[in-house]
Formats: sequence, structure tokens, C-alpha cells
Amino acid sequence: MIRVELPGHLRTLTRVSGHEVALQVAGAVTLGSVLDALEAAYPMLRGTIRDHVTHQRRAFIRFFACSEDWSHESPDAPLPDAIASGAEPLLIVGAIAGG
Amino acid sequence: MSKVRVLVGTRKGAFILTADGKREQWEISGPHFAGWEIYHMKGSPVDPNRLYASQSSGWSGQVMQRSNDGGATWEPVGNKFAYDGVPGTHQWYDGTPHPWEFKRVWHVEPSLTDAETVYAGVEDAALFRSGDGGATWAEIPGLRQHGSGPHWQPGAGGMCLHTIILDPGNTGRIYIAISAAGAFRTDDGGATWQPINRGLYSKYIPDPNAEVGHCVHHVAMHRSRPNVLFMQKHWDVMRSDNAGDSWQEVSGNLPTDFGFAIDVHAHEPDTIYVVPIKSDGEHFPPEGKLRVYRSKVGGNEWEPLTNGLPQRDCYVNVLRDAMAVDSLDSCGVYFGTTGGQVYASADAGDTWKPIVRDLPAVLCVEVQTLSS
Repeated sequence: MIRVELPGHLRTLTRVSGHEVALQVAGAVTLGSVLDALEAAYPMLRGTIRDHVTHQRRAFIRFFACSEDWSHESPDAPLPDAIASGAEPLLIVGAIAGG
Repeated sequence: MSKVRVLVGTRKGAFILTADGKREQWEISGPHFAGWEIYHMKGSPVDPNRLYASQSSGWSGQVMQRSNDGGATWEPVGNKFAYDGVPGTHQWYDGTPHPWEFKRVWHVEPSLTDAETVYAGVEDAALFRSGDGGATWAEIPGLRQHGSGPHWQPGAGGMCLHTIILDPGNTGRIYIAISAAGAFRTDDGGATWQPINRGLYSKYIPDPNAEVGHCVHHVAMHRSRPNVLFMQKHWDVMRSDNAGDSWQEVSGNLPTDFGFAIDVHAHEPDTIYVVPIKSDGEHFPPEGKLRVYRSKVGGNEWEPLTNGLPQRDCYVNVLRDAMAVDSLDSCGVYFGTTGGQVYASADAGDTWKPIVRDLPAVLCVEVQTLSS
């Protein structure tokens, strides 16, 4: 299972308890495939992390994997093995901006 | 006995206040959607327990929420607001072309005849409609594709469609208002639109009498007289007696005619309310005195309503969607402030008291009068 940690506002929206959700991802584990699985499991997240149509990341959302910033990586690039194995969570982070 | 439900949207969540018809004891629920901005929420006139709320944040964009039980529980519904076709450009603040980009929903307006139909006014300015309770949304493109669209320019708060008024006697007629394009009307259900800004004068724009470009802050109508409109413009309070074909100023003896909110008494179509704000640079009441002004003759002659409102050191604002009325026999009037108070009057404005204080800044107030 892939582990994904959501920012606080999105945890409220999904009504999940705890900081993480667990997802089954078919095929290659990439940022794009994880987000596809996340939005399939939690449809209310569509449009809140990336654009509905273009899938462009929202400006104040960031992705971190194994302590590295993946926000600007290709959505088709394979995520680190530790993410694919579930040893580490993929972090979806709300940037520290605004009030 | 009747019951009143007050829907309050704030910078950090929504609150629902309820009271019986005496309007003396209030129960408060919330925050709903804690931490999110609630630009607007409103109930269906057909099914009062069907509520819609616009929830947004700078981080995560737009979410729409729907309740089928008067706000006890909510479910997220569709939040895909895609402009029809290639959206093109409008003017940016500096006059250069700027692509149309969806940012948020400023106003939701449930249909007067169908609980599943609801309209949404959005930034960048456009009108959307849902016929399935908010699950899916489609733009009504005739408005944005009105020939003036490329010349629309944002107001200080963004280029928002903030006012939607449905004519109860004519299903084809809808009024909308945009900052800072002005007011528009359709008579054919949204297929075609015409600007209705004749008589508006805005000295801060290149052509003060332009067909579009006026910063309309809010428009109100009494359902018994859908051809009579009252407008709080950036500066000036205006009135139209011909469905917006022409306007005349009715600011009269107001201490300042800048402001945001305007509304009409539930039973007296010539009794209107505004909250004068000092100026566009100083968004607080003049002299630090929070005063609602009431005209009982449709404008020009105004009286200050101060009983129960702070009359010193008050520097809050009252935003455009933050005033509403109930329809009990003695009309209740309500407004929320950026200081987090919601004031209510159960006697048409003669006396006021806060029904909640210390909320986050209030963005919107809507009222439902319910039979229990």
C-alpha cells in the first residue's frame, strides 16, 4: 500500500482520521498514478491539489518524497522505492504562506 | 411557531444560528469547514433544508458543499468550474489583456422553483448553473461572451460576479452584478445579456458614463416589485424603476454614500437599508459609529439606526453579502461585520443587539424564515 500524508485542510475535507491515507496503486508508482488513486478514493479532493483538467499542481501545494522536493518533477517519474513499498509516506504539503 | 436560521460565512469557517420567532435566544453551531473561507451560503426557497455553501482556500481552491438537513451534515459536491470554450482575455488592472482564470465562487443562488437548480457567480466573472444539486456545473456563456467582456476589469477584490437576483415573476429574467464591470440583465434565461448601467456615474474611470466599467457593490430587489432595483455602488446609492434600464441616485442625506451592503424590508418594498462606510480608502464607519441607515421612501431621505450598535471606536466593515432580512411579521434585519459580530434587529432596525460576537471576519449573512 502507498501511504500519503495530507495537509490539515484536506484531512478535514476527506474526514479521515490520522494524518495518512493508504492507497492501492496499480502499475508504476509515480506522482501522477498516486494522485489518480488518491482522487479515485476521495473524489472530494479533485481540484484541490491539482487542476481538474490540466493536472497542474496548485501553486501553494508541494510534494515531498523521502525528504526531497518532488513538486517540480515529472508526474510520470517513478517515485523512490521507499514510497512504492510503503516504508515512507508521500507528503502533500500546504506551503507556509498567507495567514 | 416560526423559526429563523441565520447562515454566517466567515474567513475561517461557517456558523449556523437558530432561534424561534421571538429571536431572543440563539443557538450556534460551528465552525463548519473550519479554517476555510466561506464566501457564501444560501438555502433553497423550495426546500429550506437544502443548503449550498461555497468553501475555498488559497491553498486548495474551490470546494462546494451541500446539506440536505439544514446544515446538520454536509457533503462535498462538484467543484469543476470550466469556462465554456476558449475563455479569451479580459483587462488586467493595468489595462493589458489577461486570461480568464477561475478563482472562486462568490455567490450561490438557489432556484426559486427547483431545489436541484442553483446558480453560482464566480471570479473571474462568469455565471454557472447546476441542474443536479451542485454535482456538475456548466457556464451560461452568453454573459461572458457579451461583446464587452474583453473590456471588463477587476475591482480591488478581484473580478467577481457577486450578485445574482432571480425574478420571481419572470423565469427568463436574471440580474447579475460584477466588480468592476457593472450590472447586467437577461430576459431569455441567460442566452443573451445587456448591460444595465445607464445613469451610473463613476468619476474614477476614463468615461464616467461608460456602458460598462462601473464598480457595482451590491443590488437588492423586493420580490413584489421585480422591476425596482436598489444598488450600492462603490460610491453612490442608486435606484432603478425600470428593471435597470436607467438609474438615478438616491444617496440623499447619507453621511457617505460609499458602502457595500444594501437590502430591502421583507414587507415594505420602499424601505431599504445600507451601512455607510467612510471611503474606498478607509473601510470603516464614519466617526467610528456603526450606523445602519434606513429609508422608508425608497431612498434620498435616510434616518440613522443606532440603538444597540456601537457609537464610538468602531472600525469594522460590513461586506456586500453580509446583510439579510427575515420575513416574520416584524421584519428582522441582520448584518455581520469584519470584526466578527452579527447584529440583529427584530423590529425592522429600530433596535439592535449582537446575536454572536468574536467570530472570524464575517463574509456573508443569509437568513431563512422557517415554519416549525
